[in-house]
Amino acid sequence: MKRRQTAERRDGASQSRTAWHAVLRSWVLHHQLSATDSLHRLLGNPVSSLMTWFVIGIALAMPVGMFVALENVRSVSADWDSPAQVSLFLRPEITLEAAQLLEQSLLQRPDVGATRLITRQAALEEFQQLSGFGDVLANLDDNPLPNLVVVSPPDGGLDGAAAEAMLAGLQALPEVENAILDMEWVQRLNSLMQLSRRLVVSLGALLSLGVLLVIGNTIRLAIENRRQEIVIVKLVGGSDPFVRRPFLYTGIWYGFGGALASWLIIAVTLGWLRGPLSSLAVLYQSEFRLQGLGMEGGLALLLLGGSLGLLGSWLAVARHLRAIEPD
Amino acid sequence: MITFDRVSKRYPEGHDALREVSFHVERNEMVFLTGHSGAGKSTLLKLIMLMERPSRGQVLINDQNLKDVSRRKIPHLRRQIGVVFQNHQLLFDRSIFANVALPLEIAGYQHREIGRRVRAALDKVGLLEREGDLPVTLSGGEQQRVGIARAVVNKPQVLLADEPTGNLDPALSSEIMHLFEAFNQVGVTVLVASHDLSLISRMQHRIMTLRGGNLIVGASEP
Repeated sequence: MKRRQTAERRDGASQSRTAWHAVLRSWVLHHQLSATDSLHRLLGNPVSSLMTWFVIGIALAMPVGMFVALENVRSVSADWDSPAQVSLFLRPEITLEAAQLLEQSLLQRPDVGATRLITRQAALEEFQQLSGFGDVLANLDDNPLPNLVVVSPPDGGLDGAAAEAMLAGLQALPEVENAILDMEWVQRLNSLMQLSRRLVVSLGALLSLGVLLVIGNTIRLAIENRRQEIVIVKLVGGSDPFVRRPFLYTGIWYGFGGALASWLIIAVTLGWLRGPLSSLAVLYQSEFRLQGLGMEGGLALLLLGGSLGLLGSWLAVARHLRAIEPD
Repeated sequence: MITFDRVSKRYPEGHDALREVSFHVERNEMVFLTGHSGAGKSTLLKLIMLMERPSRGQVLINDQNLKDVSRRKIPHLRRQIGVVFQNHQLLFDRSIFANVALPLEIAGYQHREIGRRVRAALDKVGLLEREGDLPVTLSGGEQQRVGIARAVVNKPQVLLADEPTGNLDPALSSEIMHLFEAFNQVGVTVLVASHDLSLISRMQHRIMTLRGGNLIVGASEP
């Protein structure tokens, strides 16, 4: 009031700009003050703040951790071309040369992307190695396995009907005794992945709601604890946004700290799994490397936590702050 | 500066706190408001602060009709009025400096300006040396002086006080009242509610008396 009067006297023309400037500056100033003050309050109560942070952290770590796991599974299964391949078991009388000719001719078909010939000999050796029945098989007079051509669809795959048509076409070839579409397990994996993804999403939604409630309740308690202060601030002319601001920042810090905690939990858990997983990968001769959250994912997690904190505190503040009036 | 025009206040439970109260306080005037407890002194102050709204009649502060002040604008009105409470209403987890600085923080003053004004206000109430202490380390009279420093730090045009000497001994009470008088002398309109008749009758100011919600003495026509 007084200030505006002096400004008026000094320079009438720029008065409104000066006032606008002062309002903006004081607004920024109070944001800084609220942010630092609310952080100091949280750090001043380290035990209870840490507990809240870890509650939020655990709630966030469960869906985010599952998401990370799913991403890893997806990166593994992406190496396998879905939807699948067709195994052509050739008639026993088909010679190796005839099989090679067949393989070449198959490549000309539009619905075939790649072929791979597995000879009876190779199949037997592989089977001996992997099945553990090596001794039994060695005792057989004759190799019971047929030559096999594995046919993959072209890049981009085939939809269900086209795959069926391809299967029927290959089955009709005279050299082929039996054509089997190895699609079922990929389909199963895909639907399993889809199911898991939905589970993660719904779990994430539920636990986010939980985080909202935790933060909302914590802020409600903070408001109750500072009831007298709120009354006094309102008495000496504090506006609703002024009173609200520190509590909103408190919520943001809770959410932010909770997200940091969940980042930590996920990083520690992944670190703990990394050793056994990589020895498992070695056993499967896989190039698989466990992917963590990454910097981008971590920042997104922090953003998510901060937003949940802001939203939760906003809900609490909207419900409880208005009710506190000086009487 | 403060005008009440046939103001009545009936609380929801049916109690008539004020009945047809009319008076006018001039700019730069100092007025005492007295009456037994329950006579309506606090209600009258609450109407000025917009902590309550009148059931009938109009209240004007500095020519502004309070019925035109929306809920959102109330903080703006309160920033123009300094208030001192009987129970001080201090923040006990903050230093004396921080307590006095509160209205300036709300008004958005810069750090340096806040420091300057807070020290000036604390100096006026004689507590400059104690700025870093917590309010609990102060006596009742000193806490009340912190409350006064906070009320005047933003240089309000109107200063209200509700039983500011309620818990103080006579010597301290008189000291506090003279402090109000000093602010009045530099141009602040002061309205003090007090039932300490012996003290306020010794001071040369208009005394308004409420009884059962009626203003029976001291109204000057608006």
